[in-house]
Amino acid sequence: MDENTTHNKDGQDDSKSSRRNFLKNIGLLGAGVAAGAGALYSGDIFEKKKAATGESKVLLTQDNRLVEVDSLEMKALAKNPTKLMLEKGREGIEGKRWVMVIDLSKCRNARRCIAACQDAHQLKPEQYHLNTLQMQDNAGTAPYHMPKNCQHCDNPPCVAVCPVDATYKRGDGIVLIDNERCIGCRFCMAACPYSARIFQWTTPKDADRHSGEAYNVEINVPQKLGTISKCLFSADRCRVGKLPYCVSACPNGVYYFGDENEDAVSNGTTQQTVRLSKLLRDNGAYQLMPELGTKPRVYYLPPKNRLFPFEPATDEVSKEG
Amino acid sequence: MDLIISDLSHHIRLNKGFFLWMGFLTLAFLACLFAYIQQLKYGLGVAGVRDYISWGLYISNFVFFVASSLIGMLISAVLGLIGMKWVHPITRIAETIAVAFAAVAGLVIVMDMGRPERLAYVFLYARFQSPILWDVTVITTYFVISLLLLLLPMIPDMAVLYKRFANLPSWLKPVYKVMSLNWSDHPEQNRIIHRSIYILLILIIPAALSIHTVTSWLFALTVRPGWDSTIFGPYFVSGAFVAGSAAVIIAMFFFRKNYKLQDYLTDLHFNNMGKVLVLVAFVYLYFNINEYLVPGYKLKRADAVHLRELMSGHFALMFWLVQVGGLLIPLILLLFRRMRKPLPLTMISVVVLIAAWFKRYLIVVPTMSHPFLPIQHVPENFKVYTPTIIEVAITLLSFILVLMIITLISKFFPVIPLVETAKDKGLDPLKSIQS
Repeated sequence: MDENTTHNKDGQDDSKSSRRNFLKNIGLLGAGVAAGAGALYSGDIFEKKKAATGESKVLLTQDNRLVEVDSLEMKALAKNPTKLMLEKGREGIEGKRWVMVIDLSKCRNARRCIAACQDAHQLKPEQYHLNTLQMQDNAGTAPYHMPKNCQHCDNPPCVAVCPVDATYKRGDGIVLIDNERCIGCRFCMAACPYSARIFQWTTPKDADRHSGEAYNVEINVPQKLGTISKCLFSADRCRVGKLPYCVSACPNGVYYFGDENEDAVSNGTTQQTVRLSKLLRDNGAYQLMPELGTKPRVYYLPPKNRLFPFEPATDEVSKEG
Repeated sequence: MDLIISDLSHHIRLNKGFFLWMGFLTLAFLACLFAYIQQLKYGLGVAGVRDYISWGLYISNFVFFVASSLIGMLISAVLGLIGMKWVHPITRIAETIAVAFAAVAGLVIVMDMGRPERLAYVFLYARFQSPILWDVTVITTYFVISLLLLLLPMIPDMAVLYKRFANLPSWLKPVYKVMSLNWSDHPEQNRIIHRSIYILLILIIPAALSIHTVTSWLFALTVRPGWDSTIFGPYFVSGAFVAGSAAVIIAMFFFRKNYKLQDYLTDLHFNNMGKVLVLVAFVYLYFNINEYLVPGYKLKRADAVHLRELMSGHFALMFWLVQVGGLLIPLILLLFRRMRKPLPLTMISVVVLIAAWFKRYLIVVPTMSHPFLPIQHVPENFKVYTPTIIEVAITLLSFILVLMIITLISKFFPVIPLVETAKDKGLDPLKSIQS
């Protein structure tokens, strides 16, 4: 057995070494070719650069990095970018189940979340993806402020009634709207018990400025006249591993956002990451109108032990923008 | 026989009255069309609807149109199939109203779309789960059956008039010839046409029930208080018969007067239609009591808000005018024979029809005005819905279209089925054209 093994081993070594030599030769040849081609190519680019004015442009990539690109190297994609983003937007982010927790005991109605949201989604002052409502459950209980956005229901009534599949539920739990598809029938608005949806009744904000831009379904901009809009859980930010606009903007630590599968949510203010199940359990978390069977993906922590006085909201939007 | 022909067909000509009326309608149409062009240009914001009350006049009007079109089924199919002979002279009027309202209902819903240019998407990306797709399907079906029920019984009439009506305008002759489909009163032709009409009369009953039931589901399939009801289907259907009967009575009155049909649309017909109206109004009253009393007894929080708004709040005046003035009082009045004479019956029907329109408004708007969560931090016009002039004009546009369709059909074709009437009188108008 031993002898045989040794012999075999030797044989193997032989063939290995010859293969190695062969590969080495090929490798040398390849390297030479590559180097030559590289030289030619860089020479070509150098020539081009010489000929060009050297104009460079600063661009924001899809994952929100600023990069500098020479204008000559910029090539238009063969595919329509709107279409590309629409296709990508139909697929949820693999393995994720996004969830939001809103701690009502922290909300002081700063409304910075609203400002950040309206800024990101090109909304007018009276248009809310997210609104803080002044609530009082009954005469005997204390009033409180309640941020209210789309609940991203797991049994979404809006999605059920849409006649053209413009609004849809993704695998990662987010409910999105394809405004290249929406026919503006507003059945989803009628079906939503949370009044989460808004409609572009008039020309959207800064429509002129954004008219040529490709439509990004994950942030729903540019907004389109005659179509629906609503909270998207900042699907564009989820895509690049960042917290939603509202969550990051809150100064009071109201919002937690994260992944149900990982059982972890992060607070946008303190940047602390906590166990979702523990947070919900320890604080008596509840959902909005769970009796309707919509199965919301937003949890609320009750407004208990507030360390600040309740201040009624005053900032009414009096005119349509 | 010639007397019947001239009685029922003498109005088929172009006269000054027709041009004046159509001219008026056309002008009004163009004015209202301008309003719709404004909406196309600037978006639905030209109407009063906003984020919370997102359905308003157009949807109320749509429900009213679907409702009014249902009467074709009640008169022709239900009353016809159980052998009520007196409905024969009214069937074509009922079918004309059905066709006109069903056709325009489809346009009314397009007027409510934020993106009407994407109408084809409803078919291209059709999602079977959406009640809108069901509604589109059944309304189209109902429209087609109603149109066939208008056209098929007209075939023998066309043949008779083409051959025997000397005053038929020459430009209408080819139309009549085509529509008569070479009718020669052959027994085989008669067999086919009777069979077809019979099948259609049976088919139209489920189709009609479907269109208004599905239309009611556009509301009842949501969880909102005021819409979240299990009786919305029959409630809407019974209400539809009230509106439709009133519309038929009004049309009968006008045709009788303008086309001098006193001998054919007699007091008996008005009396009987009055009784039909009483019957359907009673059924509707019954559903109304169910719809308001049952949640009113329990007063669940959201229902309590809804009912308070209706009965003593923002909508109280309209609510009581509609319920008492537009349903209860007409119902009591019509119990008296004297009130079922043509003139008083027509006046009552006008009130009932107007109330029927506002009733749809009361079904659509109040529910949207108080959603589950409070309406805050928005302008005043988001909280209270006020229709705009443009919105009213666009709504009028739909009524003008209905009037145009009814006028054209009734003006160029006999309003009362000619051959059927002659046969009921024991005459055979087709003898002379048999070959």
